[in-house]
Amino acid sequence: MKRASTRIAPPSRPAERVAPAAPALAARTAFPLRREGPAKLTGEARYADDLVFAGAWYGATIRSDDPHATLIAIDRDPDFDWSRVLIVTADEIPGENVVSLISDDQPVLVPVGGEIRHHAEPVALLAAADRSTLHAAKRRIQLRTERLPAVFDPLASTQQIAHFAIRRGDAEKGLADAELIVEGEYRVGHQEQLYIENQAMIALPRDDGGITVHGSLQCPYYIHKAMKRALNLTDAQAVVIQSETGGGFGGKEEYPSMIALHAALLARKLGKPVRMIYDRHEDISATTKRHPAIVRHRTGVTRDGELVAQEIEVVMDGGAYATLTPVVLSRGTIHAGGPYRCENVTITGRAMATNTPPNGAFRGFGAPQTEFAAEMQVNRIAEALDVSPLELRRRWAYREGDVTPTGQVLRESVAALEVLEAAAETAGFSRKRTDRRRASTSGGTRASGIGLALAWHGAGFTGAGETHLASVASIELTDVGAIRVLTASTEMGQGTKTIFPQLVAAELGIGIDEVEMAPQDTSLVPDSGPTVASRTAMVVGRILIGAARKLRARVEESSGQPFPRSYRDFAKRNGGIRIDERFEPYPGITFDEERYVGDAYPCYGWAAAVAEVEVDLDTGEVAVESVVSADDVGRVIHPVLAEGQVEGGTLQAVGYATMEEIKLADGRYLNDRLATYLIPTALDAPRITSILVEKPFSGSPHGAKGVGELPMDVAAPAVVAAIHDAVGVWIHELPATPERILAALSGASAPDTPGSEPGTRSGARANRAAPARGVDPRPEAPSDPLPLRAPQDKGGDWERDR
Amino acid sequence: MSYRLQVNGEPVEVDAPGMRRLLDVLREELGLTGTKEGCGEGECGACSVLLDGAVVDACLVPICQVDGRAVTTVEGLAREGVLNALQAAFLETGGAQCGICTPGMLMAGEAFIASGAAPEEDAIREAIAGNLCRCTGYTKIIDAIALAAERRRVPG
Amino acid sequence: MPNAVEPPVASPSSLQDAYALLAKGGYRPIAGGTDLMVQLTGEIGEPPERVLDISRLDRLRGIERNAGWLVIGALTTYTELRRSPLIAELLPALAEAAATIGAAQIQQRGTLGGNIANASPAGDTLPILLATDARIVVGSGRQERTIPATEFWIGYRTTARADDELVLRVEVPLVSDRRVRFRKIGTRRAQAISKVVMALSWSADGRAGAWRNVRLALGSVAERPIRAWETEAILEGARPDEETAERAVAALAAEIHPIDDVRSTAEYRRAVATRVLHRLIREEGSR
Ligand SMILES: Cc1cc2nc3c(=O)[nH]c(=O)nc-3n(C[C@H](O)[C@H](O)[C@H](O)COP(=O)(O)OP(=O)(O)OC[C@H]3O[C@@H](n4cnc5c(N)ncnc54)[C@H](O)[C@@H]3O)c2cc1C
Ligand code: FES
Ligand code: FES
Repeated sequence: MKRASTRIAPPSRPAERVAPAAPALAARTAFPLRREGPAKLTGEARYADDLVFAGAWYGATIRSDDPHATLIAIDRDPDFDWSRVLIVTADEIPGENVVSLISDDQPVLVPVGGEIRHHAEPVALLAAADRSTLHAAKRRIQLRTERLPAVFDPLASTQQIAHFAIRRGDAEKGLADAELIVEGEYRVGHQEQLYIENQAMIALPRDDGGITVHGSLQCPYYIHKAMKRALNLTDAQAVVIQSETGGGFGGKEEYPSMIALHAALLARKLGKPVRMIYDRHEDISATTKRHPAIVRHRTGVTRDGELVAQEIEVVMDGGAYATLTPVVLSRGTIHAGGPYRCENVTITGRAMATNTPPNGAFRGFGAPQTEFAAEMQVNRIAEALDVSPLELRRRWAYREGDVTPTGQVLRESVAALEVLEAAAETAGFSRKRTDRRRASTSGGTRASGIGLALAWHGAGFTGAGETHLASVASIELTDVGAIRVLTASTEMGQGTKTIFPQLVAAELGIGIDEVEMAPQDTSLVPDSGPTVASRTAMVVGRILIGAARKLRARVEESSGQPFPRSYRDFAKRNGGIRIDERFEPYPGITFDEERYVGDAYPCYGWAAAVAEVEVDLDTGEVAVESVVSADDVGRVIHPVLAEGQVEGGTLQAVGYATMEEIKLADGRYLNDRLATYLIPTALDAPRITSILVEKPFSGSPHGAKGVGELPMDVAAPAVVAAIHDAVGVWIHELPATPERILAALSGASAPDTPGSEPGTRSGARANRAAPARGVDPRPEAPSDPLPLRAPQDKGGDWERDR
Repeated sequence: MSYRLQVNGEPVEVDAPGMRRLLDVLREELGLTGTKEGCGEGECGACSVLLDGAVVDACLVPICQVDGRAVTTVEGLAREGVLNALQAAFLETGGAQCGICTPGMLMAGEAFIASGAAPEEDAIREAIAGNLCRCTGYTKIIDAIALAAERRRVPG
Repeated sequence: MPNAVEPPVASPSSLQDAYALLAKGGYRPIAGGTDLMVQLTGEIGEPPERVLDISRLDRLRGIERNAGWLVIGALTTYTELRRSPLIAELLPALAEAAATIGAAQIQQRGTLGGNIANASPAGDTLPILLATDARIVVGSGRQERTIPATEFWIGYRTTARADDELVLRVEVPLVSDRRVRFRKIGTRRAQAISKVVMALSWSADGRAGAWRNVRLALGSVAERPIRAWETEAILEGARPDEETAERAVAALAAEIHPIDDVRSTAEYRRAVATRVLHRLIREEGSR
C-alpha cells in the first residue's frame, strides 16, 4: 500500500500545515513516540479489570425496571442463603445521598420510599466472593414499586433542567425585513460513547477509615469530591487513582463517580476490596449518552445572499437528572448559530427532564447537535439561493473582528476561511460537485455525492469556568534530580502523557525522556481540573509551561548556569523543589454569566470537512468513501497524536451521521448490547485525510487551542450534505439511516401522508418540496413576512409544545 | 477437568470447567491480562488471540476446545523486551491510542501478515473488520499493518 | 465478565459416543460456539443445562463432490467455505455468503451446521440452501434421515431436527447451468446481522432466455427463512425483463411478513426485498 510504505522513514508523515511551525518547537524533526505505547503494545498496561487485589469480592448493582415509580420495598427471596452476600441500600450511606456534580439531584441509590426516575437506576448494591453466588443473588432480589406516569418526550416534559437565551441585535425585525426566510427543524438522537473498555472501578478500604478507588476515569477530582460528600471522608481519606483507561470520550466524566461510590460503599461495609466491573450490557443501559436534541431554525437572508437574522430554538433531552446537562446545553446554545457573522440573532436553549437515563458528556458537548442543525440550515439556504455551499460559507464565515451572538469580538485566531479552503481544495470540492451534477442524470443504481460543513468550537471551559476551576499543575525537581510533572489530567489515548513531557522538556531545554509523569493519584497530584472540553493541551499545558519557566528561572538564578547543565547539581545542593502553578485568567477575557454576554471562550478552534458518499438507490445504504477534515488547533504539538484525534473524532461523527442510534421502549434502551448498538468497523470507515491548520492563540505560550472535539462537529453535517448531493433529499434527523433515506426518497417521488413513513417524524421530514435548483425564490412582494418557506417543515411535535 | 495447551510457546495445564471461556482462562487462571474483554459476545474483537495461527475471539471459545492446541496472545509477540515488527509499526504510526483494542488488533494484524496477502488497504480493512476501535478511525492501524507487512515482504 | 454459568460439557470423539450422550437428554451441541457462547451469557434467553462439544467428530467435516451432489460437513467453517476450490467451482454463492458473515474471527469458528441448527430467521446461508434444493442430513443413535431444506425450518427458531439429533451434513444437488445470486443487506459492512438476505437460483433456458427451476428464498422477512413460492411461480418460465420484475416484486411484497425490530422496520425490509429482487432481475436481463 503506497500510503504507508512512503512512511517508513520518517515514521510519520508530518501533517500538512497551512501556517508555519511554531518557533519554540520548530526545531523538532521527529516527534516523541507515545509514552505508554510500549506497555499498551505488549499487554503490560494495566486497565482496571487487569488489576488484582487479594481477597477482592465482586460487586453488582440492582437497578430499576421502571422508568418512573415509587420504590416501595426491596424484597429478598427468603429461600436464598443471604449469609454469603453483602447488601447495601441507601440508608447505609454515611454522608449525603447525592452524586455530587452540578445539581444535587441524583442519588447514589434510590431509598425505599423514594422516587425512581429512570430505567436502570441504581437501587441497591450486592457483593459476593464469587461471581456465581453474586449472579444467583441478583436474581433473588425483587423491587416492589408503584408506577408513576412517565415522560419520554422532551417536548412534552414540563420539567426544565436548564435554560439559556442569547440575544444580539433584533432577530424579529431582521426576519421581518428579510427577503427570504428559510425554516428548518432538525433532530439528533442519543449517541453512546462506546469506549471499548467498559466502566470499571475497584474500591479498597484504607487503614485511616477512608477508601481508595482505582478505576477507568477521566476526572479524578470529580470522584474525589463525590466520595468526600457521600461517604463523609476527609481530603486525605478519599484517594482516587486512575488505571490505564480504554477510552472515555466524555463517557467517563461523570458516571465513574457513581460507580466509585457504589464500589466504595460495598468495600467499606465489607472491609475488603470490591470490584465493580460493568459488562457491556450494563454499561450501555445505565450510563450517559449524548443528549438528543431538537433544533429549530428561522433564518432570514437577502436575495443576494446576505445573512440578516437567525432565530434558533434548541431543546435538549437531559434525561432524568441534571448531571452535566446545563453545561452541555450552554455550549450547544452558544454554538447554535454556526461560525457565521450575523447582526440579529436570538438563540434560546432549554433542556428538559425525561424519564430516561441521564444524558451527559460526549465529545463535542452539545455543539455537534446544534452545529449539525446550523450546517444543515446553511446548506439548505445555499440550495434555496442556488449558490454553492462553499461560496455561501466564504461570504458568511467569521473573520477577525467579527462579533459573535454573545457579543464577543473575535480579536484573533480565527481560521474559519483557512480550514474551509484547505478542506475544499484538498477534496476538490467544487470540481467534483460540478462533475457530479453532470453525471447524476445518467441512470444507475448508485449515486455519489459530496458535502461540506464548517464549524467552530470554543476552546476550554465556557465563560468563567476556568477561573472558577482555578486548576493547579505542578512540576517537581526531586532531590535526586528528576523532573516530574504532577497533574490530575488523565491519559485516555489522546496523548496527555506524551505531550506534557514534550512541552515541559522544550521549555526546560532537556530531553523528553528526562521528564517523568507522576501517576494520576489524588494523593500525589494537584487538581489540574477535569480532562474534558479539549482543555488539556491548551489550558493545563499553559499552566505547565508557566511552572516550567518558574522552575527554570529559580535554578538558573541560583546556579548562574543554563538549566540543562545545572539542575541536577542544584537538586543535590538544595534538595528538591516543587512549583505549584495556578491557572491565570486570560487577560482581557470577560463573560457575564447572568446575561450570557461577553467572551464565551478565550478563543475558538475551527474545522471544515468534506465528505464523499455513495448511496445505493435501491436500499438507501450509504458508503462514506472519504472525509477530508481540516482542523485549526492553534499550534500542533504532536502531529501524529493530533491527526489521531481528528481521525478518531471524524469516524465517531460518521457513525453519528449514518448508523449510531438508540431505540427506546418505555424509557429503556432497546439496543443495549454491542450486537445491536453498531459503530463503524474498518470496512465502514472512510479514508480520512486530516489537515492540521495552525492559527495560534496568543493567550497560550504554545499557541495550542485543543483538538479533541473539533472533528466531531463537522463530519456529520458534511455526510448528510453529501447524501443530499447524491440523491436530492435532505435527511433532517440523525442518523441518516437507509430506512430514513428510503422513506425520504419515496416521499420525494410520491408525496406521502404525514407521519406515515417509518423512520421519519412529521416535522423532521426530509422534504423535496424545496425549490428546485434554478427556480427563482424571489418573493412576490416584500410585504409578505414569509415570502418563501423553503424547504417547508411540518410543525408536528413542535407545535404541540407551544 | 484438566486441559493441556500451549500458550505463547509454553506448555500449560489448566484445571477448569470445560465451558470456561478461553478469555477467562488466559486472564484469570494464567494472569495474561493483555487480552481484553469489550463485549463478551464476539462483537468487538478486543479478546482476539491466535488459535493454531487463526484469529479467534477468546470470549467465544470454551477451553474444552483448546485442549492440545496452541494459543498466541499479545504477551507472546515481543521477544526479550523487543517489540516485534507489527508492534513497532503501531508505535511509529500511532496505531494505538487508548490501547484497549490494540492487543486484539495486533493479533488480527499478525494473522493478516502471516496469510501472506498483499498489504492492500481493502484487504487490511477486511482483516480487522472484527476488531472495533473507537479512538483511531482505523487509519493509523491500517498504516501500521501495511508498514509491517511491507517490511516483512521486503526485509531490511 | 466471565459467564456466570459454565454448564458441564462432554467432548466425545466418536459419533456413537455423541449419540449415546444425546440420547440421555439435556445436551445442547456446541460446534464453533459463535451462537452458543453468546447464549451462555444469559443475555438472550436461558443457557443450556449441559453442552456436547461436537468439534472432535471428524465425520462431520469435509467438502466433497459425490456423484451429482455437493456434500458439505456440518463442521465446515466459513473460512473453509471461502477457501474451498470445490465451493468456488460448484456453489460460489455460498462462499460469497460466508464472506459476509461476521468478520474474520467469526468466520474462523462459525460453522454451516451451526447456522442451520441455530435456525435464526437471519441466518445468512439458509436462503442459499433453500434456493438450491439442498437437503440436510441429521442423525441420532436411532437413524439417519434426510430432510429437504424446505421442510427444515418450521417456525421461529424451530427446526425438524429432534433434540437428540445432530446435523451431520448438507447435500446440494448439482444442476448444470444453474445460476445462484446472493444479496445481503445489513446495517454495516461487517459484523452485521441481515436486515434482508436473499438468494435467487434459476436455470437459463438457452434460446428463449426464459428462466426455469426458479427458486427464491429470503431471510429476515418472516419468523423463519422462507421460500417465496408465489414469486417463483411468476418468474418460472418468464424472461428477466422489466415487466417480469414488476410482477415479481408485487407478488413478493404480498408474500413476505417482515416485522419492526431493533435493526430495521417492516416497511424498509419489504421495500428493500422487492427493490433488490427487481434489480437482480434487471441485471440478469441486461446481461
Ligand atoms: C459477532 C457475530 C457475528 C455473526 N454474524 C453472523 C452473520 O453475519 N450471519 C449469520 O448468519 N450468522 C452470524 N452469526 C451467528 C453465527 O456465527 C452463525 O450462526 C454460525 O454459523 C453458528 O455456527 P457455530 O458453529 O458457531 O454454532 P454454535 O454456536 O456452536 O451452535 C449454534 C446452535 O446450533 C446448534 N448446533 C451447532 N452445530 C450443530 C450440529 N452439527 N447439529 C445439531 N446442532 C448443532 C447448537 O446447539 C446451537 O444451538 C454471528 C455471530 C456472532 C457472534
Ligand atoms: S470481548 Fe470477545 S469479541 Fe468482544
Ligand atoms: S485505541 Fe482505543 S479503542 Fe482502539
